[in-house]
Amino acid sequence: MSRLSIMNETKAQATADSLYKDLERRVTGAPPGLCPLDLASSFLKLCASQTCGKCVPCRVGLPQLTNLIEDLLDGKGDMKTVDLIEKTAETISSSADCAIGYEAANMVLKGLKGFRDDYVAHAKTGHCAAEGFHAVPCVSLCPAHVDIPGYIALVNAGRYADAVRLIRKDNPFPSVCAMVCEHPCENKCRRRMVDDALNIRGLKLYAIDHSGHVPVYRDGEKGAEATGKKVAVIGGGPAGVSAAYYLAQMGHSVEIFEQRKRLGGMLRYGIPSYRLPREVLDAEINTLLTAGDIKVHTEISIGGADYPLKKLNEEFDAVFIAIGAHTDKTLKIPGEDAEGVMSAVELLRRIGDYDYPDFSGKKVVVVGGGNVAMDCARSSLRLKADKVTLAYRRRKDDMTALAEEVEATEVEGCEILELAAPLKVEVGADGKAKALWVKQQMISNIKGGRPAPKDATADPIRLEADIIVVAIGQGIDSYNFEQAGIAVKWGCIQALDSEEIANMPGVFSGGDCVSGPATVIRAIAAGKVAAANIDEYLGYHHPIEMPTDVPEPVPHNRPACGRVKMRERPIDERIHDFNLVEKGMTEEEMLQESNRCLRCDYYGFGKFRGGREFRW
Amino acid sequence: MVNAKINGKDIQVPENTTILEAAKLNHIKIPHLCYLKGVNEIGACRVCVVEIEGQDRLVSSCNTVLQEGMSVLTNSPKARQARRVNVELILSQHNARCAECVRSGNCELQTTANDLGINSFPYHKDLPAFDWNKEFPLIRDAQKCIKCMRCVQVCDEIQAMHVWDVSRTGSRTTVDVTGGKDITEADCTVCGQCITHCPVGALTVRDDTQKVRDAFADKDKIMIASVAPAVRTSWGEQLGLTHDEASANRLATALRAAGFDYVFDTDFSADLTIMEEASEFVEKLKNAGKNKFPMFTSCCPGWVRFVKMVFPDLVPQLSSAKSPQQMFGAIIKTWYAQILGVEPEKIYHVSFMPCTAKKYECDVSCMDSSGARDVDVVLTVRELGRLIRSEGIDVTALE
Repeated sequence: MSRLSIMNETKAQATADSLYKDLERRVTGAPPGLCPLDLASSFLKLCASQTCGKCVPCRVGLPQLTNLIEDLLDGKGDMKTVDLIEKTAETISSSADCAIGYEAANMVLKGLKGFRDDYVAHAKTGHCAAEGFHAVPCVSLCPAHVDIPGYIALVNAGRYADAVRLIRKDNPFPSVCAMVCEHPCENKCRRRMVDDALNIRGLKLYAIDHSGHVPVYRDGEKGAEATGKKVAVIGGGPAGVSAAYYLAQMGHSVEIFEQRKRLGGMLRYGIPSYRLPREVLDAEINTLLTAGDIKVHTEISIGGADYPLKKLNEEFDAVFIAIGAHTDKTLKIPGEDAEGVMSAVELLRRIGDYDYPDFSGKKVVVVGGGNVAMDCARSSLRLKADKVTLAYRRRKDDMTALAEEVEATEVEGCEILELAAPLKVEVGADGKAKALWVKQQMISNIKGGRPAPKDATADPIRLEADIIVVAIGQGIDSYNFEQAGIAVKWGCIQALDSEEIANMPGVFSGGDCVSGPATVIRAIAAGKVAAANIDEYLGYHHPIEMPTDVPEPVPHNRPACGRVKMRERPIDERIHDFNLVEKGMTEEEMLQESNRCLRCDYYGFGKFRGGREFRW
Repeated sequence: MVNAKINGKDIQVPENTTILEAAKLNHIKIPHLCYLKGVNEIGACRVCVVEIEGQDRLVSSCNTVLQEGMSVLTNSPKARQARRVNVELILSQHNARCAECVRSGNCELQTTANDLGINSFPYHKDLPAFDWNKEFPLIRDAQKCIKCMRCVQVCDEIQAMHVWDVSRTGSRTTVDVTGGKDITEADCTVCGQCITHCPVGALTVRDDTQKVRDAFADKDKIMIASVAPAVRTSWGEQLGLTHDEASANRLATALRAAGFDYVFDTDFSADLTIMEEASEFVEKLKNAGKNKFPMFTSCCPGWVRFVKMVFPDLVPQLSSAKSPQQMFGAIIKTWYAQILGVEPEKIYHVSFMPCTAKKYECDVSCMDSSGARDVDVVLTVRELGRLIRSEGIDVTALE
């Protein structure tokens, strides 16, 4: 026998490793709405298979925990079972010899806190609190519940205009979302169980690139008969315009009151045109405004002395407040008021109104790690800055920006300085910013699910800067509405899930001003919800119906296949202008990608229930 | 028209025909359990799976449309194996004590398993514990349910009562009363459609034949049968009689042979109901201003329950007349008891009816005009057949 030997991977080990990868994808693509106890039990079984068998709490305790949870699942447990689960998990957590045991028990303890109601329901009634509905993953994760398998099938069939119409049933902004949606629909795409999520946004982009102009109504079609009811929409962003679009189709007269020069809200004043070209945005909004009786008033601010909310309430049958989140947040560090320091909102708003500042010859530092910070950094490059640095107090991995946005920011030439917290702005004798000093951070314990930074024992760093853009989040200008009697918490307007304002009949609110700064599609969904509930409030029930049929799937082989990635214009070309960076798929790519769709609207639970919402 | 091949044979069927229907049109049988045309085409049981040449995976033939040029194999090794294994898997969760089951001989699972020649089970038996109120006319045996979802779909899509729902999660998924309620608290009209469409014996009508046998055994009881017109015309089928042989007279003779002292036709009281309803309608018309119209008939207890549960505001528009069954019961226990010179309690009245809801109706507490129950027991056509068979009566030899 040799004294030592080289380690070789066995076929069994290689297969097991690849099974772990399969499982990883499966866990990522887990359908929403499963029984959390069933999950806890199956996780425990995996954990128990990992035990080395030495120590008692892990070897014996984990299978016993599984038994107890299974008892609850079989309707054979009661609250004593829940107490015993808790006691056992606590003991394993505190006394197991290694992480295989104590981390498994911690998962159970986390569940006992996080979905205690489900434990109690199982103990008391024998089954789950909420059970049995298996929605189509992409549709259910889209806040607006767009019929995604439906429009993918239409794109696949070459029926692009119908695809646009089908999207508009739930989301009036197919063009905008084709370019900038954060696509939560892709998060739990069942295709992940096979290989990878579908490129849903890319397929939508194909639809809008090939549909030509799709009017709101086909020849001979029109909206519902005029109801004579008047609805005021405060704010012409995605939430407000979406609400107006559906309300107009329902026959109501809508007036949009917009504070700025043009409609679009953050779509115009927050998202730069290299991600969403202005002509695409303008064309989309102009189409939506033809849905019915919609009047637009710009450069008018509601809530102040000139036009108080009360007056609007009197003049209109219902009011929808969708003012978004457009105020800056400040760093509160010395020197912040120096010339050259600006907020992300200020910079992007100027660009939105076609006022492009010239950064040539200047060094720019952007502070922040969200999508807006990336937008500011990439815009600064296009404004001809000499050097753009992005300073963030955590690590790149911890950024809230989409990974692809961070990647694009870096490849376009911005330097990302991690673990750098702003300390002070160095101001020259002329009152202009000279540099941003940052404190070095080190990553530390996880707090609230995210690794938190703390001050490192290291000298501050000086980042030379003529321009400092602060992109650390936005607030909501809700003061006037609070004065008018609407409840406000941390700046956010307090509305019910129905978007009604409690104790103020006929007043609704939704979008960023309620949720805090969020995504375009959430704002659009808020507009849709507002339209439905305002229609009901006004005493009507105008359904918004499926505008088209959807091709039934034809059986075809679906071999594991990579996900088609979007192409982009070459870096050295695109960083000199504000034109669209992204390029759509080719027809060949579209066909391959759309054929990857597993048609969850039809196969699985979809054919039985919940595969399609024909009207809302 | 679509041109395709099934098992190598060229066929032509109209567009949008499923593989299963196309095969049926061409005399090729594909076994299936959950499929119910137009109601339940969800591909749940996977027994109807077939191979399409060139495709890696099998497809459910019940909900896959036959395409131009498709070549389908219903008996390829892969299809054959899947069909068999899937039936075996269904059987692993089915209480297959067929001798104790009313659906034996008329069970789609039994037939399918028998046809496939399945006579041993390779899997663990996995039968759920369950609890059911056996007093209710509709009985569900969770150990027989194969989760085909037909009951859910029939009640949702056709009856629109939503009594049944998918219950529990993951591999424990089953069917139960919506919201986990007791069936007596659900909006069930006892229409029996779920029972009719259950492919196995998971949903059945409460069997009351033993109650009748017990009454036969009581020598003090005067046994009276009333037979509904629908029973009169359909009773012979299950006993192997032709339509001509299954006469009303022969049925009366069979019931007498079983032990009934008097046999009546419910036609009689149907006329009473019509007259009562007509005079009620005339009375209502006289006070047209005070009454809402139309006036609805109240003969069907399922309909009455439906109105009470779903459209309670229409209840005043229901006729207050009893149904023919209950009028017959009232007449028998009052007027006919007088003719016979006996106390109503001495009479045992069995009503033969084509519907489950009638079992519920005779149990309604106010149905006791004489002080005793108007109708003691309701038996369905199938129970009638079982009663006659269990008494050893050869109906072919009767006049």
